[in-house]
Amino acid sequence: MKDIKFKIESNKLIARDIYRMTLSGDASSIERGGQFVDIMLEGRFLRRPLAAMEWSGRGLTVVYRTVGKGTAQMSSLKAGEELQVLLPLGNGFDASKCREKALVVCGGLGASPVYTLVKELLALGREVKLVMGFNSACDVVLADDFRALGADVTVVTMDGSLGMKGLVTDAIGELRPQYDFFYTCGPKVMMKAVCAMLCGPGEVSLEERMGCGCGICYGCTCHTKKGPRRVCADGPVFDKEDVIW
Amino acid sequence: MVTEVCLCGIKFRNPVIPASGTFGFGLEMAGVYDLDVLGGISLKGTTLEPRYGNECPRIAECPDGMINSVGLQNPGVEVLVNEKLPALRKIFGGVVIANVSGFSVDEYVAACARADQAPQTDIIEVNVSCPNVHGGGLAFGTSPESAAQVTAAVKQVCRKPVFVKLSPNVTDIAAIARACEEAGADGLTLINTVLGMRIDIAARRCVTHEKYGGFSGRAILPIALRMVNQVRHACSLPIMGCGGVACADDVLEMMMAGASAVQVGAENLRNPFVCRQIVEELPSAMAKYGIDDLNSIIGII
Repeated sequence: MKDIKFKIESNKLIARDIYRMTLSGDASSIERGGQFVDIMLEGRFLRRPLAAMEWSGRGLTVVYRTVGKGTAQMSSLKAGEELQVLLPLGNGFDASKCREKALVVCGGLGASPVYTLVKELLALGREVKLVMGFNSACDVVLADDFRALGADVTVVTMDGSLGMKGLVTDAIGELRPQYDFFYTCGPKVMMKAVCAMLCGPGEVSLEERMGCGCGICYGCTCHTKKGPRRVCADGPVFDKEDVIW
Repeated sequence: MVTEVCLCGIKFRNPVIPASGTFGFGLEMAGVYDLDVLGGISLKGTTLEPRYGNECPRIAECPDGMINSVGLQNPGVEVLVNEKLPALRKIFGGVVIANVSGFSVDEYVAACARADQAPQTDIIEVNVSCPNVHGGGLAFGTSPESAAQVTAAVKQVCRKPVFVKLSPNVTDIAAIARACEEAGADGLTLINTVLGMRIDIAARRCVTHEKYGGFSGRAILPIALRMVNQVRHACSLPIMGCGGVACADDVLEMMMAGASAVQVGAENLRNPFVCRQIVEELPSAMAKYGIDDLNSIIGII
């Protein structure tokens, strides 16, 4: 774990209240999609934990929604400004658990943590079916980025303003995708429904309000079938079988 | 330049100690940096039996601080003694402080006795901020009588120095400090977190799952300094000062107020490297103020 200064390269609005920030700096310590970073903001006591969408030895991309004062402040930051970033955090998804065909189901901003997972799966030669759920067309993010990777993408919106109308589970019911392993990231209610519907093994990325982000404060503990686990350090990715909804 | 301090005959290579609950069992930081730069580590609060603690959300951000309502999640004293302490000793040569909590005097006694038996434990820190289930739920540390009762009972079963960690949520902390001293405490740690709350206005409910939680962070430094100073003048026990410390200057301030060693709490959560940074900054901060020996400034105010 390192605390490194990154420089903002760009910070753009890409959907309703959603920004994509690219930073330059060495993020090569991140190993897996689904891991996250913790960003310090001037005047805010706690850092903001955000999934690493993609990264390299030269930079890092995060996607975030303005939900409170901290993220609103973040959205006003300009290229050239510097941010202190704690990384790498969390365990991330295990792409090697999929043998042939992966089903990836994400909701809203849950698209960001699975971006590199999908890239990893494709690099391993796996077929990837991605189902992305959003409230409305104006909330859709990263769909084109996934298509550019070569994933088979289905977009679902609650109001039907883009793609299929309904929930991700409606789309899965209709499409009946073949898979031997699934991965999901998004709102808890969505993931719960996905896990209830899908048979077979899968991984789930949980979210919780965090303190330290690195396992020392026990502020984000969740119940699992293996006992209490810290979302930040033992997760955020858990086996579907272990999650207690 | 002397940064070594001594409390109850135990030498600390410097006065910097991560506070209980903000550094896990030290093991969580293994490999992140060399823990041997630290004077000591106060381990995560441990109870006789394992505890899950409170439901999430357990954290609420505040200006210059945060609220936590972790609720003493811990694996129980047996795991502390059999697993955590031996593993920590392999990677840490400084002072190991076992922090113990309980919900009845018997529980405190049993857990402290067990932690005291572990050869790796140097100091027992008794957290008296837990609600007393036999005393109507009020924290043991909120009355001189119950604080003294726990102190006396724990002292009977411990051979290692016993520090009582005091709550700031009291009318007269000096009276409680004196009661602990009379009951045989070897030292005091103060302050624990300040009881607080945050409300999510849009959701019309508290931010944390529990209504109230412990407020800590930079904002409480002035409260901690005042209470350390009051206690310093009320009794003669050595003090580990705690509350809002975030830099080397804060350490010096806390020592001038009366602390012989200084614990760093919530700041670890925003910056896990802060204790190492403080240790590194300490000599230059001392030089800036013309301090050759930290022992020369303890309690000068």
